[in-house]
Amino acid sequence: MNAKAIVVTSGKGGVGKTTTTANVGAALARLGEKVCVIDTDVGLRNLDVVMGLEGRVVYDLIDVFEGRCKLRQAIIRDKRVDNLHLLAASQTRDKSALSDTRMKETVRALLEDEDFDRVLIDSPAGIESGFQTAASAADGALVVVNPEVSSVRDADRIIGLLEAQEIGEVRLIINRLRPAMVKRGDMLEVNDVLEILGVKLIGIVPEDEQILISTNIGSPASLDDNSKLGAGTAFRDIARRLAGEDVAYPSFEPQGGFLSGLRRLFGGT
Amino acid sequence: MFGLFGRRRSKDKLKERLKLVLSYDRAKLSPGNVEELKRELLTVIKKYFPAEEDTDFDVKVEQQGDRMVLVANLPVKAG
Repeated sequence: MNAKAIVVTSGKGGVGKTTTTANVGAALARLGEKVCVIDTDVGLRNLDVVMGLEGRVVYDLIDVFEGRCKLRQAIIRDKRVDNLHLLAASQTRDKSALSDTRMKETVRALLEDEDFDRVLIDSPAGIESGFQTAASAADGALVVVNPEVSSVRDADRIIGLLEAQEIGEVRLIINRLRPAMVKRGDMLEVNDVLEILGVKLIGIVPEDEQILISTNIGSPASLDDNSKLGAGTAFRDIARRLAGEDVAYPSFEPQGGFLSGLRRLFGGT
Repeated sequence: MFGLFGRRRSKDKLKERLKLVLSYDRAKLSPGNVEELKRELLTVIKKYFPAEEDTDFDVKVEQQGDRMVLVANLPVKAG
């Protein structure tokens, strides 16, 4: 993706926006990009705890917006991963403290003055002002969807809103896919979701209990090089595709329709 | 493929439902309005083709490429 400021969004809550932001952000930093992840879920901040940086938050995004600190003072550098940085949301304020103008200024300053290569903006759930502000500063979007009815419907709505905001690059991440259910015909396959939503795919992430374990300890699963075909690897693959690498989609299933479906999708045999 | 209890694969049903509901969402229409339109259309059609059965009529919103279209399938009996 060419987009430098990428909003991570979904419409529906609980589908994995924050997990995606943390994991893709960390993996991108590992690839050598200077990355800042921004939590815009003001009042319900969580990116800090998911990344294990909660103990280091002094200033937040709203402090920057309202001039109580310099941008540089609010940027938390992750000491475990070179190039990875967090800008936390305020926990004590609400979304009315957000401002499109300030958000755009902040993202511009990160990219131009602070020399960040990539800014990932974790959007709050919903389609209201919080989402609008998060999207206002973005030139690309990662739409996270779970293969189930409410998430797909909400993703469709969000995609419509992103297109209305003329966000150029919109890519889909299908999260929490359960290959055994897909095989039984009880979960939408990747192809079904792509056909219904009509946007380009950038990642397929299987349901994986390692995600809960990694958030328990506050260390993104994508940094665990030992994970084989789990969510951690899937998030790492997304980061590589974001950085422009052509990464094949692995099969999460030993045999059958899922892999051949993917092959068909990408014009293979 | 039919699994346990000879049921349909639930994802096929979901796909069908999603396609329909998204058509209405994208067209900013309420399904109830289209039902109303269908009833009114039917009244008019019956005026000209008195013998038609209600059940044969199908009115729905569909995506065709980039456009949303209202599709009315109204078979009329010959003779």
